[in-house]
Amino acid sequence: MTIRVPIVENILNANDRLAEENRARLESAGVFSINIMASPGAGKTSLIEQTLPRLKNKLRVAVVDGDIATSIDADRAAQAGAQAAIQVNTGGDCHLDAVMLRGALEQLDLAEFDLLIVENVGNLVCPASFKLGTHKSVLIASIPEGDDKPYKYPGMYRGVDALVVNKIDLLPYVPFKMDYFERGVEVLNPGVVTFPLSAKTGEGIDAWIDWLIKNVNGNS
Amino acid sequence: MHELAVTQSILDISLRHAKEAGAKQITAINLVIGEFASIVDDSVRFYWELFTVGTIAHGSQLNFERIPGEMTCTSCKFSFHPASADFSCPNCKSEFVQITKGDEFRVDSIDVE
Repeated sequence: MTIRVPIVENILNANDRLAEENRARLESAGVFSINIMASPGAGKTSLIEQTLPRLKNKLRVAVVDGDIATSIDADRAAQAGAQAAIQVNTGGDCHLDAVMLRGALEQLDLAEFDLLIVENVGNLVCPASFKLGTHKSVLIASIPEGDDKPYKYPGMYRGVDALVVNKIDLLPYVPFKMDYFERGVEVLNPGVVTFPLSAKTGEGIDAWIDWLIKNVNGNS
Repeated sequence: MHELAVTQSILDISLRHAKEAGAKQITAINLVIGEFASIVDDSVRFYWELFTVGTIAHGSQLNFERIPGEMTCTSCKFSFHPASADFSCPNCKSEFVQITKGDEFRVDSIDVE
């Protein structure tokens, strides 16, 4: 005889629970943490490189870099002044998950840091589904990707707490309708804090740095 | 690759609940998956065949109940399926709309013997 057993359990429940453990571990050490997500080439590592020198002597920063195979990104973060840079190779997986972040946290003496920057794998789909336990999720969009990305990747745009629009120095050279882009963002994530900037020229980056410092100090 | 982790989670949840129910065999898994959950059914089925070998879920049927995405206009309350390139309300052209369906991503029930 067949019996139906009701369950109603979120499929990623196990990951979500581990994410909560990661969060508790970060909180008890007094570390504020962000999860930076973007497509490949949007400028995740470049923004981190521009951010670290501006936080020097203000915040102690650790960077966890998720990548499929290499340690190029963690090396760049260390060069730019991260007090610790840990590479997590996902072995082909397209996203970081809570287990992977837990493994990275175990390699860090969290009491030594004020801010943890997690750089997720370059991907606009999967990272949105896997919570890590970080305090804020940040999406970097970039001008050359095109203005239709909110419409094509709604899951990513909906789940983030802050949006960086990078490479604004390229606006004169590519067809990018800012009002169309902003309308998609507004539907998916009303009022999300947005930082138009150029990691190359440094334009607009001060507002981003201020936001980070305020959040670390608990004044967000 | 996302599907691999998802399939493992579905199996873990199913086996845990089957054990609690004292089941000898799982015959079906009933999933409710919204359009925005970005899961490819065929990939999950492929992994399912591999992962269930040697478990009481081997040979079970995966049933996907797909929930289409839905947006609702906050101005006129009209509900519609979002077109890929435009989020405005097809009824009153308002740009004030919210996503109201399509995030579902759960194991709803299992059928056991």
